[in-house]
Amino acid sequence: MLTFTIRRLLLSIPTLLFISMVIFLLLQLAPGDPMAQVPLTVPPEVKQKMREALGLGQPIYVQYYKWLIQFFWVEPQVFLDWATRDSFLLGWLPDTHFSTFIDPDTGAVRPVQRTISWQTRSPIMDIVIQRMPQTLWVVGLSYVVGILIALPIGIYSAYRHYSLFDQAGTFITMVGFSIPPFFTGPLLIVVFSVTLGWLPSIYDTTHVVTDWASFKIQFMQMIMPVMVLALQTTAQISRYMRGAMLDNLNQDYVRTARAKGLKESSVVLVHVLRNSMIPVVTVIALGMPAIFGGAIITENVFKVNGIGQLLLTALFANDLPMVMTLTFIFAILIVLFNLIADVLYGLLDPRIRYD
Amino acid sequence: MTEQAIPASPIEADIETFGALVDKEPSKPPRSQWIDVWQQFRKHKGAVFGGGFLLFITLAVVFGPFLWDVDPKALDIRNKNWRPVYQLLFDSEAKAGWAHPFGTDQLGRDIMAQMIAGGQVSMAVGWLAMALALVIGSAIGVISGYFKKLDFWLMRFTDLVLSLPILPLTLLAVTLFRQPLNSRFGPEGGMFILIVGIIGLTSWMQTARIVRGDILALKEREFILAARSIGTRSGKIIRRHLLPNVISPIMVSATLGLATAIITESALSFLGVGFPSDFPTWGKLLSDAVSRMQEFPERVLLPGIAISLTVLSVNYLGDGLRDALDPRLRGR
Repeated sequence: MLTFTIRRLLLSIPTLLFISMVIFLLLQLAPGDPMAQVPLTVPPEVKQKMREALGLGQPIYVQYYKWLIQFFWVEPQVFLDWATRDSFLLGWLPDTHFSTFIDPDTGAVRPVQRTISWQTRSPIMDIVIQRMPQTLWVVGLSYVVGILIALPIGIYSAYRHYSLFDQAGTFITMVGFSIPPFFTGPLLIVVFSVTLGWLPSIYDTTHVVTDWASFKIQFMQMIMPVMVLALQTTAQISRYMRGAMLDNLNQDYVRTARAKGLKESSVVLVHVLRNSMIPVVTVIALGMPAIFGGAIITENVFKVNGIGQLLLTALFANDLPMVMTLTFIFAILIVLFNLIADVLYGLLDPRIRYD
Repeated sequence: MTEQAIPASPIEADIETFGALVDKEPSKPPRSQWIDVWQQFRKHKGAVFGGGFLLFITLAVVFGPFLWDVDPKALDIRNKNWRPVYQLLFDSEAKAGWAHPFGTDQLGRDIMAQMIAGGQVSMAVGWLAMALALVIGSAIGVISGYFKKLDFWLMRFTDLVLSLPILPLTLLAVTLFRQPLNSRFGPEGGMFILIVGIIGLTSWMQTARIVRGDILALKEREFILAARSIGTRSGKIIRRHLLPNVISPIMVSATLGLATAIITESALSFLGVGFPSDFPTWGKLLSDAVSRMQEFPERVLLPGIAISLTVLSVNYLGDGLRDALDPRLRGR
């Protein structure tokens, strides 16, 4: 299993390189000039100099190579320095200075050049780290909520196959599957914010939880974005759960377990459930990146300033380095969770052997 | 010699001998596979409704403009902000009437005509993108299942494409390539080609995987061996023997593809990177209405319901098709 994991990890490197190249070439092919917003009074040769200062004069492969260096070498160094200097977990370690160098001319200590956003002129990774918690909170919580709702529905509707509950459950999951989040979002806002006035329609990310009252506000504003995302998760996972349970409920070992006189609850919730969870766990892992994609829309609807919203604003502002980095982060998530799903499948199911 | 009638042919003799064994009821006419499929399909109520609704909405958007011949782009500023006609039930003072059954928008354009025009675009994008994805997916699936040499590389390629972040890349491609395509094919045509192309190019992978799996299993069967042993060429084996046998997984993934294509197009329009603003699609109508949904909730509801119902019916149709086309489930 370990060798398999290592092999998959090694194989994910060319995958990520390929993806980064696709994104990079797509951006290169794109007609879009970062100098388009510069006033027309600026003479062309100055504009050309500005382009070169942004690194646009170099050949494509040099630009790509530099981007790779930035992403995989410089940013981890900066992160390490931060971790040993300020972070809670590793702050006790002696401070490292990977991300600074001594200027040969003046002898002063200077930070290395990081990838900067064309919009804000600040390092991209800093902005991404600022935006990440909002997305992780909303997305992560919605995934957990979705799974917690989906599993019981799936189990019960498989156990009572073709019952009223099963029919209703199938219908509701089908509806949840079919209604896009950009419709459920506004719909919930109309019902719960406008008509009933129970919940705020905008997610306020500056809100800080200090006591019970502020926690309640935080809870209220998270309900709608989380539920919109959770609906999609629930629909998908409960369908898989139901299918997996149905496959297992007719197996011989279930009859054996019943014949031994085990309680019905332990037959279903121990024997059958554990076997049915194998495919479902991998589906849960595989669905994670899709949820991040769905978060782009949900964040837009509820005005959550997470990374999905950051990607949209960067796209409209023609901020290519930011777009490149964010898209690549999404790609890393996908590759990572595919890997996790494969490894989990091998770990959980002793019949699967990759070697 | 005994008087024994000599049977005209040995077959008649057999029939007489075994006559007692034959059932008394008349034998049923032979049933074709598709009759079986249809009968199983009919048992799935949701699928029948889904198929019916899909047919209805397709016909409605195709023939709708002939029945409701109001120009969706015609401005009528005096009659702006009409409410839909059912508003009269709650409030007899409401500005509504049968002249505009779904009301009019803030520029006085008829919403019913816009819904029909938007539906045309959404459905056309859905069908075409689905067809494109199916063609690419089936081609790659068949080739990689049939030709062993290409299998490894094509499947690695499929895996690579599967791990691309689709929605961010789609957003990226639409924003980046809008300009050149628009200048060549006009703002609407360029966008149409772009969206159909991108959705098609990013949603063929599942089809390819399923088709490849089925082809790998079919390839080892005797009828393929027989076909090959009489000297049938590969191209003909694929067309005559393999493709008809993988038609059912292709049909099922077609329904899924149609649903995703409609949702993706609407999502793009919703995020503001889709068609130009005066060109109605369901997603566009929805996103334009969101800012004023407190006063006019129906403008969000109508396109949203149209999208959701269409996708729901397509999903149910796919569910029923999967059951009907699976011979193990059929006849239960």
